[in-house]
Amino acid sequence: MSLRGAAHIVGIHEYPDRKIEGKTLAQLHAEVARAALDDAGLTKADVDAYFTDSVAPGLGPMSMIDYLGLDVRHAESTDTGGASYLMHVSHAAQAIRAGKCDVALITFAGMPRSGQGTPLPTMSSTPESSFELPYRVTVPAQYALAARRHMHEFGTTPEQLAWIKVAASHHAQHNPHAMLREVVTVADVVNSRMVADPLHLLDCCVVSDGAGAIIVARPEIARSLKRPGVRLRGAGEAVKTLKGGRVDLTTTAAARSGPIAFAEAGVTPADIKYASIYDSFTITVLLQLEDLGFCAKGRGGAFVADGNLISGIGKLPFNTDGGGLCNNHPNNRGGATKIFEAVRQLRGEAHPAVQVANCDLALVQATGAMLTTRHSSATLVLEAV
Amino acid sequence: MDVDFKPAAPARNPETAPFWDAARDGRLLIKRCNACGEAFFYPRALCPFCLSATSWLEASGEGTIYSYTAVPTRDGAYIVALVTLAEGPTMMTNILAPDPQAVAIGQAVRVRFIPTTGDDALPVFVPA
Repeated sequence: MSLRGAAHIVGIHEYPDRKIEGKTLAQLHAEVARAALDDAGLTKADVDAYFTDSVAPGLGPMSMIDYLGLDVRHAESTDTGGASYLMHVSHAAQAIRAGKCDVALITFAGMPRSGQGTPLPTMSSTPESSFELPYRVTVPAQYALAARRHMHEFGTTPEQLAWIKVAASHHAQHNPHAMLREVVTVADVVNSRMVADPLHLLDCCVVSDGAGAIIVARPEIARSLKRPGVRLRGAGEAVKTLKGGRVDLTTTAAARSGPIAFAEAGVTPADIKYASIYDSFTITVLLQLEDLGFCAKGRGGAFVADGNLISGIGKLPFNTDGGGLCNNHPNNRGGATKIFEAVRQLRGEAHPAVQVANCDLALVQATGAMLTTRHSSATLVLEAV
Repeated sequence: MDVDFKPAAPARNPETAPFWDAARDGRLLIKRCNACGEAFFYPRALCPFCLSATSWLEASGEGTIYSYTAVPTRDGAYIVALVTLAEGPTMMTNILAPDPQAVAIGQAVRVRFIPTTGDDALPVFVPA
């Protein structure tokens, strides 16, 4: 069953605030659901499938289906961290193509800045916890281990990684909602304080609250709506782990999910006009770009340098909303925001300063969970119709 | 390691109790598959390569650094590393090094056991 053309993204909504106070998580789910349905031109009564992550209150999707007053015939709570929402889109397309539903609502919300975010693992909560947690493997350390190994094998430099932040900051200056709107230089990044050698503070994404919703619909329904069309053309998924100790940190699961998505879409990296690339850290972007085939393995440093990711300047405009590195990273999970900006680009609704001309084919790439130990990857190829 | 830090005690369970018992005696145990013969880490009852039964194997305690990062703290820094054991598998650990700047990928290291906040000891590595 190919997903090519199986479904359209017909509505999106990104909650504008980066610190949210005085609201409950459930309320945020409802507010973004309502706004995304309005964006699509649909109503709650049209929704017959619901997707959310494990951060939503309650067991799986159950409490939110109740709270939102939904009447669904398909429900799912796949959680692979930040890549979850890309998987929700492709799983919704699978269900639509299989005839199991017509209109899927995907919602998420998290407020880590007020302690309402993803629960942390405890020493006994997973089989691996006692072999990792005592060593104080911080989140930045998970990514620093990969960065260090990449530098060792391929000669990648901190300055090359810094260019990824520089590009994101060039885009964020045009986003009034972005947390970091100041344009930074390579020197600013490499001179910021070290958080996990060789990653500096400015190699890291922001921590933000956030919420959002996506509406995925059957093509026949999508064609009856007024908004510019965004069609799913290909999707891929993969998970990579420590593999019983056969560790290789220079390649991510995108090396598997990417080719699956490109093959299904019948396109190559050279055809992509805009790319949303998950950017928990600068190294995350570099590894995924290599694994997706935008450049050869080990050549990511040279590829991202000198503004190659800046819209209007470089060959591959990326994260034109400022990305997780500068704009937002709702609930430490940046996948959905990658979908939002790709949809804006394909609709021609990105900020004029960063809108890619004739943007008819976009890539959305996310990794989820922790890069070194266990991570997921999801790739979507989307096209304007 | 940063001054006076004691790592959190691991949680024991039936699958891993022999690992922690041996750690108290200063021995590093890993698992090896009875069927495919592959050694692996972290220890679990069935082989992650073929889901066959497994046995404990005492590792030499020698290895090399695959990758590492120095994480700054208020009173210094600690080093998180992945160490590839002489027996093959790579494991997460800390490196205790008098000079964090002297730590390098490929460096030979040797296991050492340090106290945790509980009764159990934790395997870490020092330059060989």
